[in-house]
Amino acid sequence: MLLCVKDVRKSFGALEVLKGVDLSVDRGDVVAILGPSGSGKTTLLRCMNFLERADGGVLTFDGEQFPLGRVPKRDIARLRKKTAFVFQSYNLFLNKTALQNVTEGLITARKIPKAEAEAAGRQALEKVGMADRMDHYPSQLSGGQQQRVAIARAIAVKPEIIYFDEPTSALDPELTGEVLTVMRRLAEEGMTMLVVTHELGFARTVSSRTVFMEHGVVVEAGPSREIFDHPREERTRTFLRLDNPEKHQQEKEF
Amino acid sequence: MNSELLELFLDSFPSILIPGLTCTIPLTAAAFFFAMIIAAAAAMSQYAHVPVITQLCRFYIWVFRGTPLLVQLFVVFYGLPKVGLRLEAFPAAVITFSLNEGAYCAETVRAALEAVPAGQLEAGYCSGMSYLQTMRRIILPQAMRTAFPPLSNSLIAMVKDTSLVANITVVEMFRATQQINARVYEPLLLYMEVGLIYLLFSTVLTWLQRWGEKKLGAYENRGV
Repeated sequence: MLLCVKDVRKSFGALEVLKGVDLSVDRGDVVAILGPSGSGKTTLLRCMNFLERADGGVLTFDGEQFPLGRVPKRDIARLRKKTAFVFQSYNLFLNKTALQNVTEGLITARKIPKAEAEAAGRQALEKVGMADRMDHYPSQLSGGQQQRVAIARAIAVKPEIIYFDEPTSALDPELTGEVLTVMRRLAEEGMTMLVVTHELGFARTVSSRTVFMEHGVVVEAGPSREIFDHPREERTRTFLRLDNPEKHQQEKEF
Repeated sequence: MNSELLELFLDSFPSILIPGLTCTIPLTAAAFFFAMIIAAAAAMSQYAHVPVITQLCRFYIWVFRGTPLLVQLFVVFYGLPKVGLRLEAFPAAVITFSLNEGAYCAETVRAALEAVPAGQLEAGYCSGMSYLQTMRRIILPQAMRTAFPPLSNSLIAMVKDTSLVANITVVEMFRATQQINARVYEPLLLYMEVGLIYLLFSTVLTWLQRWGEKKLGAYENRGV
């Protein structure tokens, strides 16, 4: 097992967003977190990378245990260097070119020599099909292209796991396809991924395990095939059916 | 313009310009330099919500934005000797201008920092960078781009405001002009002339601003 969290709790004021969530990810797993808006899935992901400070819970990463509510700064920095994060709104560094976006974490944070970092950066951009846009600034790229650069930025640091926070939610269907294709290729190469998503098709066909969340708790979790074909919980069943059959059909094709 | 006036104009030109080059510009440059340091420090500690220092910054900005620059100059140069703090006129001017300008520019820089999307800092963290690394490499360069036009504005305003230090015995361009006028009494010509030189200085700064914006803004050009 690469990582697991136990009993993650988080409130924003009086609003309890996470009410004790457990989750585990094995090496090479692609885990999809599904759930309606407001179910706490994005907050969970952000707590796992300390973008939000959880109120309670324990993270076990690579055999080491960390109390989520009070992890020392130094441990946070160390853990973040083993992980990568892909945001819904890309969050590419606006003052850096595509290549600089990818090399920044290598050169500045990991002190890798510039030439070596640039070689790794080029390779990562090639992998996502963005090698010909290396010198473009984010403002000169489409949403799908920006997200692919963001994925290149994530893989360049050779992370143990990549967290994806609704990586296609800001994209129109056409651009969604190009991003999902890249993610599927990563999955096939054995990258460990934890993906918060609304793409049922992706969860069904690419992820090995699916977690369904609602109201700050995990309703159901298991192998994706089982969750989709034989959901045990009534709520999971209605949620998966909510997506109209036509859209479902399209996603199956993907 | 008759030839006598033309001659006066040409004769007085260097006598006005030279104090401009030796006093107005050094005063502006030194004060703006210190103002930038004060502004950056005050803005960044507010941005990071450093306790106590944030409150001190708010107080400092409140005082220096809320009182006239001329009054500040008089307090520092004529007032402080009363409590044993005697300053030469030029350093008194530099200190007052630095503090006054620093207060305004702190707000400009703070606004520019807050205009950088929050996701930029998060992306820095997730790339493994520390707060300071992300500030230096990502946030500040972007904030600089936003702050550059209003800061240029402040600089241009300050060049002209330095004429106020004529009131505390510093012989800069304006006081030099007053001295010439006291001799020859040609106020229209002479004050127009000094105005023209201020305009020249401002024009050069405007050019520099345009050039600087082009350099800083490379990443904003769309549709290449």
